[in-house]
Amino acid sequence: MATEPIGQIGKDIHRSFGTLAIEPFGDLNMAYGPKIIDHYENPRNVGSFGTQAEIKQRKDVGVGLVGAPECGDVMQLQIKIDPATGKIADAKFKTFGCGSAIASSSLATEWLKGKSIDEAEAIKNTAIVEELALPPVKIHCSVLAEDAIHAAIEDYKKKNGIPTDAAEAAAKH
Amino acid sequence: MASPTPRLPIYLDHAATTPCDPRVVEAMLPYFTTKFGNPGSRNHQFGWDAEAGVETARAQVAKLLNCDEKEVIFTGGATEGNNLAIRGAALMYEKNPAGSGLTRGHIITCNIEHKAVLDPCKRLQKEGFEVTFLEPPRDGIVTADMVKAAMREDTILVTIMWANNEIGTINEIKKIGELCKGRDVIFHTDATQWVGKMPTDVYADNIDLLSFSGHKLYGPKGVGGLFVRRKKPRVRLTPLVDGGGQERGFRSGTLNVTGIVGLGKACEIAHQEMAADAVRLSRMRKRLEDTITSRLDTCAINGHREQRLPHITNISFGFVEGESLMMAIKEIACSSGSACTSASLEPSYVLKGIGVGDDLAHSSLRLSLGRWTTEEEIDYTAEKIIAAVNKLRALSPLYDMHKEGIDLSKVEWAHH
Repeated sequence: MATEPIGQIGKDIHRSFGTLAIEPFGDLNMAYGPKIIDHYENPRNVGSFGTQAEIKQRKDVGVGLVGAPECGDVMQLQIKIDPATGKIADAKFKTFGCGSAIASSSLATEWLKGKSIDEAEAIKNTAIVEELALPPVKIHCSVLAEDAIHAAIEDYKKKNGIPTDAAEAAAKH
Repeated sequence: MASPTPRLPIYLDHAATTPCDPRVVEAMLPYFTTKFGNPGSRNHQFGWDAEAGVETARAQVAKLLNCDEKEVIFTGGATEGNNLAIRGAALMYEKNPAGSGLTRGHIITCNIEHKAVLDPCKRLQKEGFEVTFLEPPRDGIVTADMVKAAMREDTILVTIMWANNEIGTINEIKKIGELCKGRDVIFHTDATQWVGKMPTDVYADNIDLLSFSGHKLYGPKGVGGLFVRRKKPRVRLTPLVDGGGQERGFRSGTLNVTGIVGLGKACEIAHQEMAADAVRLSRMRKRLEDTITSRLDTCAINGHREQRLPHITNISFGFVEGESLMMAIKEIACSSGSACTSASLEPSYVLKGIGVGDDLAHSSLRLSLGRWTTEEEIDYTAEKIIAAVNKLRALSPLYDMHKEGIDLSKVEWAHH
């Protein structure tokens, strides 16, 4: 059945219908900034300094495991301390979580390398938010990364008999 | 063997919506321009032309449902159809009036229905009706026995979806209909995912009310149909919208003629092609599922394996997180079991409803195939998903722990 379009609008409808093409999506990554995407696609320092049993034993390694599977985020951050310098010689991570959680922990490992423990403790989640341009709904990912850093340092201190912040705070009371 | 890369992105979200079939658009076009009349205009050619288009569509819908043309009411979509059927029937068949202090009537539904069924039921609950939300087992199927066990003396309405939108499982509609018929209880089914995909015979299947929408069956958005049985019994409904009395008073408002014509055409095409579509889609889905499950450990297909629609699959992947999985397969348009784009991480209530744990519900994908899905797309998708899951598992501390034999449910997690 032939249709008889009315005037120009009708002709336009027919023309656009005749050439109906599916345009490829614009920017599929638009929800995230370029730095998050970069860390997500090329995560730095992925790994572990041994099996779960091994890293529990290693005194030169501090392990921070934070988050919970049912919350959708688990970060495992590890620091290896050079006993000669007392500085963080290497850092590794593994993260179960969204792109922002992966990027936050990847960035954290980059920043930790070469830092002293005091310097590492001073890393704030807000710096991670700023560097990655995390959207407001993803700020908790940076908080988790900060928690992971502190947990790893705590673990290292405990293993080596260094008083931890938590212990000091308890002692003051 | 490597298949050629198909055009990206790949659309595998046909349970969310489908593209309009070009034949549908073709049928609709004259009704925007030359045949633009109001079917309510009874005294000129423009009105008659529009009315003719609507009545052709009504016949096309009736043929697909195997009912009488007079039993088809056009709506604005399945949400409206569900609301009109559920609320309209509850108010019409209530046992006791509002404000009497007595239960107005009992309604049976299921906790994995679409929100467009659950929310009207919850509203009725607040207004003095009692509602039973059935809880299907792990296979996701609502059986007639479950409904029977919930039946009461004052049950007035049963509303159970024909097939689930997230896992594709098919409920025992015919048997539930039979049960309701024997007890003079009105039976409504939300058949949004079913109609146009699988054969429907409202009389043989003992259905009193059935709602569906156009855009799930290659028709336009914003239009749908509601079957209202006219004999044995003649079902009555209290309308939600009052006005010009269109659609036999059930749904006032000038008819969406273009949409209705498109819906009719979509139903006509479905009637001719759905059987062949179903065979082809179920073969492609099998290929997709087999490839993924044979090459990845700890992944599970949710819902009953046989009793389900041919074009939907819902797969959970252990030890990966849903949003990062979606990000890794961004060339593939599908749905995640997790609504974690917002700050609140709420996993799918359907998956939770059938007992899938929160962690697996978060990392679930619903892939739904459609009329123009190709084997190249299926192969590309399978490879992409496998690569993504492997990549994310290499990053996942949970997968390491799992491989080392650590029971994750026994780990003391630092909840935050």
